[in-house]
Amino acid sequence: MIYVARRLLASVVTLFLASFFVFFAVQALPGDVAEQLLGQNATPEAVATLRAQLGLDQSVWVRYFDWLSSAVHGDLGTSLVSGESVAETLSTAFGHTLLIAIPAMIIGVTISVLLGVWAAARRGTKVDNTVSVLTLITMSIPEFVVATVLIIVFAIVIPIFPAVVLQGPSATFSDLLPALWLPIVTLVISMVAYIIRSTRSSTIDGLTTEYATAAELKGVKRRVVLFKHVLPTAMLPVLPVISINVAWLLGGVVVTETVFNYPGLGKLMIDSVSTRDLPVLQAIALLSACVYVLVNLAADLLALLLDPRQRTSRRRSSRPRPKPALEAKTSEVPT
Amino acid sequence: MSVVTAARRAKRLGTVTLVGIAMVAIIVLLTILSPIISPYDPIASNADQVLLGSSWEHWLGTDAYGRDVLSRTLEGGRFALLVSLLATSISVVVGTFVGTIAAYYEGWIDGAITRVLDALLAVPAILWLLLIVSVFGTGTWVIVVAISVVYSPAVARITRAAARPVLRSPYVVAAQSRGEMSLPILYREVIPNILDTILVEFAMRACWVILLVSTLSFLGFGVSPPTPDWGLMIQENRTALVVAPMGTLSPIIALSVLVVGLNLAADGLGKYFGVDRAMRGVA
Repeated sequence: MIYVARRLLASVVTLFLASFFVFFAVQALPGDVAEQLLGQNATPEAVATLRAQLGLDQSVWVRYFDWLSSAVHGDLGTSLVSGESVAETLSTAFGHTLLIAIPAMIIGVTISVLLGVWAAARRGTKVDNTVSVLTLITMSIPEFVVATVLIIVFAIVIPIFPAVVLQGPSATFSDLLPALWLPIVTLVISMVAYIIRSTRSSTIDGLTTEYATAAELKGVKRRVVLFKHVLPTAMLPVLPVISINVAWLLGGVVVTETVFNYPGLGKLMIDSVSTRDLPVLQAIALLSACVYVLVNLAADLLALLLDPRQRTSRRRSSRPRPKPALEAKTSEVPT
Repeated sequence: MSVVTAARRAKRLGTVTLVGIAMVAIIVLLTILSPIISPYDPIASNADQVLLGSSWEHWLGTDAYGRDVLSRTLEGGRFALLVSLLATSISVVVGTFVGTIAAYYEGWIDGAITRVLDALLAVPAILWLLLIVSVFGTGTWVIVVAISVVYSPAVARITRAAARPVLRSPYVVAAQSRGEMSLPILYREVIPNILDTILVEFAMRACWVILLVSTLSFLGFGVSPPTPDWGLMIQENRTALVVAPMGTLSPIIALSVLVVGLNLAADGLGKYFGVDRAMRGVA
């Protein structure tokens, strides 16, 4: 329980710091923000109005805490361009993004874990080599190329899916349904490589353990050894890799949505960069930080559930400490 | 080191690594030599020769402005390679420094640094980049510094993890008991012993940075037209894909050869040094 409490506290601190960085990155805008935003032809009155609107007459710290406290209450300010509430624009876009991100996540994780285990079980054979080559290729090809190729094949050569979404942010679910598939496939392809590789590597380690050998010598079926004895432990070090890939789907979404003109968070981000709509950008960055922290927290709690060792006294130094997300494997060298 | 020992050492790296290094070397060489070997001026447009297919005059055809695709592809790597080399080097140097310091001091300094790194990693790289670009504009140096800021924390995390076991080794303890200062211990004892991790990290980081820079150009926030750049070329030419496919395919191929080469080299080096790459996420 103490661990869970500490882990929660750490998440809150991380989120707080992230909000701090996001806010001050924008505050670093050289010169007067209001003048910058309005351009050179702005009248002094317009600049003064915008300055007041942005609260530039107050100190940076006051503005930061104002922004943070209203953000916590769900008020993310108003867009500089459309004048609409950022929270509303954001929730519509985020909903659309989840429509492609959640299926991509489920399909991606399932496929990559299965492929990883398969490659590990058939280590050194044709299957393993094919999977290695495939992961290498998907790792090396940027998302915008994957999306472009998918459009050529499935929208132009074999026209079964629409190439781009024609409706704007007001699109309904039935408008979007036919256009969901290609973005989902793009996201899946962009996330699987690292999960496959880590699952393979971890399962190979698991297969060489004494308990796996013992089970095999006892005559337990290979499939049972693989899925019942090896996989549960082998998944532990893969969890952080999965969580970071899932959290970073939000980054992949930027490119994918732009190519398919899909009205989600990524598209909103690109549009806001072009118009320098800073409140919207800040809000998106903050939202993605929340997603990252939540996903990581979920992964850590899941690890706690899967691994009884982590639930008992964790301060015994003789035992390797459970890894925080993303630590290199080299850190596991016994010390 | 004589040529023979150099060759023998190279052989021990393994075929995969060498193939990877060769692929990277070919692309880098072609990019460096491009001003000499490009058959045409990459930005000279020609309204009479739009979207041509392959021919003896234009091996890879022309794009929608009648510009020679081969010349543009040869020169299109310059921005991405230059920015990536600079940004990767800065990230690795800064990241190594921060990471080893965190590992060395442990306690609250380590805790504070780790929290800050975590917070910086919480926002995906491309989002940070777009945020920075929308604040500071799209200058080359802005992009270099932005990528370094975004990727240093990730490097720091890896080097911190790699440095921790080294710090408990007898030679570091010996140096500490001799009363040596912390900085000399770091760069004389610790960093040389995690160089293998740092080298693999450099190759991997370079892959991601190149992909990131190309993505930025593709989205229209990297180089500005008419400068040739692979990401930008793919963006410009993909609408004419059916008519003149080489305009899109050749930058894709160039980019893929480079990144596959870097990935192979990183894999091979990782195996050679015994650094397991597979366990790292995409940070």
